[in-house]
Amino acid sequence: MNEPFRLSTEDLQHIVMSLQQKGYEVIGPRNSDGVIVYDRIHSTDDLPAGFVDEQAPGMYRLAKNGGTQFFGYTLPPQSWKRFLYLPRRELIAFDKDGKSFGVSHQKDEAKPYAFIGARPCELKAISIQDRVFSSGDYLDDGYLSARRRNFIIAVNCSHAGENCFCTSFGTGPEAESGFDIALTEIVNEEKHFFVAGAGSDSGKSLIEEIGPARAVEGDVDAAHEVIRKTSDAITKSLDIAGLPKLLSDNSDHPHWDDVAKRCLTCGNCTMVCPTCFCSTVEDATDLSGKTAKRTRIWDSCFTMDFARVSGGNFRISAKSRYRQWLTHKLSSWVEQFGVSGCVGCGRCITWCPVGIDLTAEVGAIKGGVAKQENGGS
Amino acid sequence: MIDTNIAVKRTEAPISMLPALATVRRVIWETDDTYTLLIDPPRANGRSFAFSAGQFNMVYAFGTGESAISISSDPSRPNMLAHTIHRVGTVTSALSRLRRGDTIGLRGPFGTAWPIEEAVGKDVCIAAGGIGLAPLRPVIYTLLRRREEFGRIMILYGARSPLDLLYRVELEEWSKAANAEVIITVDRGDSSWKGHIGVVTGLFSYLKMDTPATLAMVCGPEVMMKYTCEELERRGLAAERIYLSMERNMKCGVGLCGHCQFGPKFICKDGPVFSLPQIKHLLDRKEI
Ligand SMILES: Cc1cc2nc3c(=O)[nH]c(=O)nc-3n(C[C@H](O)[C@H](O)[C@H](O)COP(=O)(O)OP(=O)(O)OC[C@H]3O[C@@H](n4cnc5c(N)ncnc54)[C@H](O)[C@@H]3O)c2cc1C
Ligand code: SF4
Ligand code: SF4
Repeated sequence: MNEPFRLSTEDLQHIVMSLQQKGYEVIGPRNSDGVIVYDRIHSTDDLPAGFVDEQAPGMYRLAKNGGTQFFGYTLPPQSWKRFLYLPRRELIAFDKDGKSFGVSHQKDEAKPYAFIGARPCELKAISIQDRVFSSGDYLDDGYLSARRRNFIIAVNCSHAGENCFCTSFGTGPEAESGFDIALTEIVNEEKHFFVAGAGSDSGKSLIEEIGPARAVEGDVDAAHEVIRKTSDAITKSLDIAGLPKLLSDNSDHPHWDDVAKRCLTCGNCTMVCPTCFCSTVEDATDLSGKTAKRTRIWDSCFTMDFARVSGGNFRISAKSRYRQWLTHKLSSWVEQFGVSGCVGCGRCITWCPVGIDLTAEVGAIKGGVAKQENGGS
Repeated sequence: MIDTNIAVKRTEAPISMLPALATVRRVIWETDDTYTLLIDPPRANGRSFAFSAGQFNMVYAFGTGESAISISSDPSRPNMLAHTIHRVGTVTSALSRLRRGDTIGLRGPFGTAWPIEEAVGKDVCIAAGGIGLAPLRPVIYTLLRRREEFGRIMILYGARSPLDLLYRVELEEWSKAANAEVIITVDRGDSSWKGHIGVVTGLFSYLKMDTPATLAMVCGPEVMMKYTCEELERRGLAAERIYLSMERNMKCGVGLCGHCQFGPKFICKDGPVFSLPQIKHLLDRKEI
């Protein structure tokens, strides 16, 4: 971290106001009917002070613990993905003119977004999507235009959820890059403040503009202590050594049938996953038939039509669709983009209606293979 | 904050989803349900529409949608583009209703090409099933135009019935004029049919292939390709010399929508033309 500062809660409010004045739409966590959502915030009063969440496979509960901490919850179901890679985006409009028609590209006029409260694993997920949408010969211009104008204030984690396993991928609980400003929130009997550091020039100039106090002796240690405690509290893990090969070699493993019996193919995991990027398009005309639109919509490899072609369907069984999901995340993604498609946020575990836990499924496949290799039964 | 490499370097790349407009010049019905659109290609910045044999376009019918369709015309004649389309569903039906002068949208050309340069000096075996002849026609045009650069040219083609044969006139011409061996088979014959009956793989016994000197290009339904590749390997053709063109559901054509994934491959940008060793391990697995 660059030179550390100590931000008061008022300083944070000044940051929100300054970002608004600079033309940003400020997005941060809010409590919405018992769930944290990332949404527009007007001031730090909108932050979910005192709310903590409890998560387990297939379970989420948000409760107020009476404290004042703004960022005491772990992770909400929806990630920042929905602001950068829109769930629905009109791509093109066509206007008919006799036998011919004209094409116009839908420009993104959205305000630039400033995110407050991005978790370390979420920064990594954003950097993964940056690659997905820019590494080939063709890129997603809407996504990249939103990203280029994007300002991010990260908040290191002070509470690990039961489903967090960022430590397995080294993506958390401390933010290392991909932010403009990173905060660690410190709350104790007498004080509530943030240890802050800039991660970019624009982050640095915003801090300078607010003019907070320098961090005093002990502040940085206190921040490290928060992060260390969080890290120690993480119990879930995924052994990622050799994982891409393990999964690509084991497409016929009997355990896929076992998961398929439980999986409802609802696609929740792909919707909440901060890296999933699949989409479909919808074509429609207005009532006059004169103008047509092409809209891109999030899709999921769990939908029945995902791999359908006119002559048949390449993935009919639930088994094949779950296998596509898990194998893509943890195996083929590495070959495609040089990085894993999972950051260990645990959302897919929390929001799976039947509590399927990918770390356990991988464990079962790995265990089964190890048994076979040892000649066991 | 975004990585500056990504933010800066990539700004100039083309906008991936915006179609160019093109005009239909003629519609030729090849069979009851398959037609060829002859198209005045879009001109990008005054340049003609260059493509390689094996590449495809995303073809857009106003208000209905897009389909991935291979280019079936001669790459040396980029001023007249052809797409041969089997009418099977919504978009391919809408495209079938187009008439001379109508506008379509085109994005492309996308994907990998057939290995024509690698085939120079070798015998070439082309095996096609059904609509699979369309993406191979640009290869045939090229081989015949540069006839002396290649050894034997063997074209094996299978269709459901005699009425389903594509490019009938050209098939005749190719077999007569240009020193190519054209062998055709149908699944079901009719009273006038005097040719072969049965699957494409059955035709190999009529050729005495010098397999070490041969390169094969295969396109058709996936089962047909699987058995054809097996048969070619059994006859001694090295897997590295066998190429095939794959098909999957496609929404974007440029590696962004995720639909065409085949294991780690994106059919749209890593394919559609692959060498057999690239995908052999995946072809053998169910529902990948
Ligand atoms: C690389 C490539 C090249 C192709 N070349 C040709 C060609 O030269 N001639 C030809 O007739 N066909 C070709 N196809 C197949 C053609 O794309 C489909 O037949 C067509 O998309 C069917 O669309 P539809 O709306 O008429 O059918 P519907 O069944 O109504 O399809 C609905 C949607 O499903 C998807 N879909 C359905 N079938 C396919 C399919 N077979 N492949 C990909 N997506 C599909 C499409 O996104 C389509 O919009 C090619 C496919 C690929 C991937
Ligand atoms: S696969 Fe699950 S744990 Fe991994 S990033 Fe996606 S939602 Fe998070
Ligand atoms: S194929 Fe499935 S797992 Fe992979 S990005 Fe698409 S929706 Fe996510």
